[in-house]
Amino acid sequence: MADRLKVNKTYKLYIGGAFVRSESGYTMSSHDQEDNLIAHVCKASRKDLRDTVKAARSAQKGWAGRTAYNRGQILYRIGEMLEARSTEFEDLLIREAGSDDPKAELQASVDRCVYYAGWSDKIDAILGSVNPIAGSFFGFTVPEPTGVVAVVADEASGLVGMVSQICSAVVSGNTVIVIAPDRAPVIAMEFAEVLATSDVPKGVINILTTEKAGLMTHLASHRDINAIDYRDGDAAVEQSLLDEGADNLKRMRFSDSMTAAEWNEESAQGLSEIAKFVEMKSVWHPVGV
Amino acid sequence: MSETPTWDYAPAPESSAIVNLKEEYGHFIGGESVPSADGATMETINPANEQVLTRFAKGGQEDVDRAVASARKAYDEVWSKISAADRGKYLYRIARLLQERSREFAILESMDGGKPIRESRDIDIPLAAHHFFYHAGWADKLPYAFPNQTVNPLGVAGQIIPWNFPLLMAAWKLAPALACGNTVVLKPAETTPLTALLLAELIQDAGLPPGVVNVVTGAGETGAALSSHAGVDKIAFTGSTEVGKLIQRTAKTRNLTLELGGKAANIVFEDAPLDQAVEGIINGIYFNQGHVCCAGSRLLVQESVADLLVEKLDHRIKSLRVGDPLDKNTDVGAINSREQLDRICELVESGKAEGSELHQSTEDLPEKGWFFAPSYFTGVAPSHRIAREEIFGPVLSIMTFRTPDEAVEKANNTMYGLSAGIWTDKGSRIFKLLGEMNAGVVWANTFNKFDPSSPFGGYKESGYGREGGKQGLAAYLEVK
Repeated sequence: MADRLKVNKTYKLYIGGAFVRSESGYTMSSHDQEDNLIAHVCKASRKDLRDTVKAARSAQKGWAGRTAYNRGQILYRIGEMLEARSTEFEDLLIREAGSDDPKAELQASVDRCVYYAGWSDKIDAILGSVNPIAGSFFGFTVPEPTGVVAVVADEASGLVGMVSQICSAVVSGNTVIVIAPDRAPVIAMEFAEVLATSDVPKGVINILTTEKAGLMTHLASHRDINAIDYRDGDAAVEQSLLDEGADNLKRMRFSDSMTAAEWNEESAQGLSEIAKFVEMKSVWHPVGV
Repeated sequence: MSETPTWDYAPAPESSAIVNLKEEYGHFIGGESVPSADGATMETINPANEQVLTRFAKGGQEDVDRAVASARKAYDEVWSKISAADRGKYLYRIARLLQERSREFAILESMDGGKPIRESRDIDIPLAAHHFFYHAGWADKLPYAFPNQTVNPLGVAGQIIPWNFPLLMAAWKLAPALACGNTVVLKPAETTPLTALLLAELIQDAGLPPGVVNVVTGAGETGAALSSHAGVDKIAFTGSTEVGKLIQRTAKTRNLTLELGGKAANIVFEDAPLDQAVEGIINGIYFNQGHVCCAGSRLLVQESVADLLVEKLDHRIKSLRVGDPLDKNTDVGAINSREQLDRICELVESGKAEGSELHQSTEDLPEKGWFFAPSYFTGVAPSHRIAREEIFGPVLSIMTFRTPDEAVEKANNTMYGLSAGIWTDKGSRIFKLLGEMNAGVVWANTFNKFDPSSPFGGYKESGYGREGGKQGLAAYLEVK
């Protein structure tokens, strides 16, 4: 039997729950470790970013307003859908990201979704407080999401870093704009398909493929982005994000770059990751008046 | 409503005899009072009578270098090595000494900064002592605040504080930093250095090892030398949003917390207990001459009760006594500086020019000193400068709304997000609105209340990081 001609997939951007082409028309190509073409992907522009911020902003209040139970179930659902497509991701992790242990990374990514799913309705209990005010007042403090977070996906891994960053930001009610790793844009867009089938409300998680370097200053200067999660550890980039982001006092969350193997470890997850993207609100009311 | 009755009170000034000012104050570095390397000094003025109180050192780069080096040495050699329980005991000592000398501190605070003695005596100083006492207890219990995580001090903290609550802000900064095991270089504001310097003497009396707390006095350049210093591991700043943004750009350390400006909405619904609300509004905007970052400077009143509320408010502000900060009957003291008075006047002029109507409590102000009568504007549009910019003075901008949604929309329509007030008798409405306020502190049926156990800090351009509570400890720890 003659070889069947394969139908290749067209990759687009994932904005506001829809797969759309870059308005710029620019594309880039992704290659495997032997330099064979995997696919062309969109190269998101500044205009695409602006559209994405709008989508993320309009989804934020609704997402934060869902019950924590519901947010937890949706994160768990992402894990279910990722597990179901493990073969594809493992294959791509080898070809596109050059992973030397794709199975471990895929499994860690699924487990990461489950881990953060379980946090959704415990965050307030651990980070919040009832405040013993010295006076006739009842006071308490609750964590609230910071708002719209730009997640610059970690460059060291193809999947697990990005999944960890996304889950820790959205579990508390933030919406995110993810800039895919330069090394693995196809994996990122495959992950977008997982999201699209996981009951994630539109606009809560948006993914752009682009050349990171070209979009960083635009991320930092956009006044409707509240925080940036950047972990590639380039001090010059960090300084420029601080400079440009000062205009609306963006919260900057930097940390040293980790290897894919380190991302797989349980030590890479935790409440402190969630705490990076919440604001504390303290409330007072008189007692007995 | 009947005309506001006036009562003649005999002057009841607090004696300043307890305060012994030196002719000149140095920096406090390594446990000693030292002059600036270049000998530069500046003067601090009593804003209530424009008289020079004393002179103090004006710090430059070299002085900041010296203070940071002293803090580093104290961290490496002493403070990081003593037990957490002992750190706590030092803080308890400071709290106790402050309580003992509270009268002296209160009078000095009012002389240097212009705030009414009633406030420095009843709020600033007791609350400062309370902050030390509260954080003293945390020193050996830090792991309980961050379960299943490890915590470590950051090292040397640079702390820059404003002139509106000089001693209280010093306490807000020093207490958590020291409890968490850091050493400190504190830079007080240029118009109010004296209580921080007196606190330095008190800290010496408490027996803290030299260099654990250092105080460098001076002006903006001194603060800039500290905030951009490569030798500090942490910068904590309270002040204007403009300077906060500059610090984000220039700080060498990535450990940064900023507590900045505000333009808080105080929302009054038609079902609110109006007389209580009036007291809350008064306290919200005229407390400390309105020199309060979380002041309720935008009053949003539901249209149906707007006329009645404004009438009550007008009646109430006419009974506020403006004058000598040391007089125990004074409600509103002196504006902190000539510069601040000019800024308030400029913004008030813009309010008139843009078409709002100005109402003032009195035209009878002391001849000497810097004073501004408690004021409010009606007919304010959200686009007016007095509705958008922080005035940092006793000036209230009144606007109205019809529906709760409109109130939320207007309240959040600002670059700031420090505080908000909600006045209503309906519990479910309070809970709905407090969730919708983009603000770090929400007072329901009260306003401008503070407690060391209640974290304080902003959303959006009011800054980031918290002070107070277990949440505030994170600003001075590496949590992993």
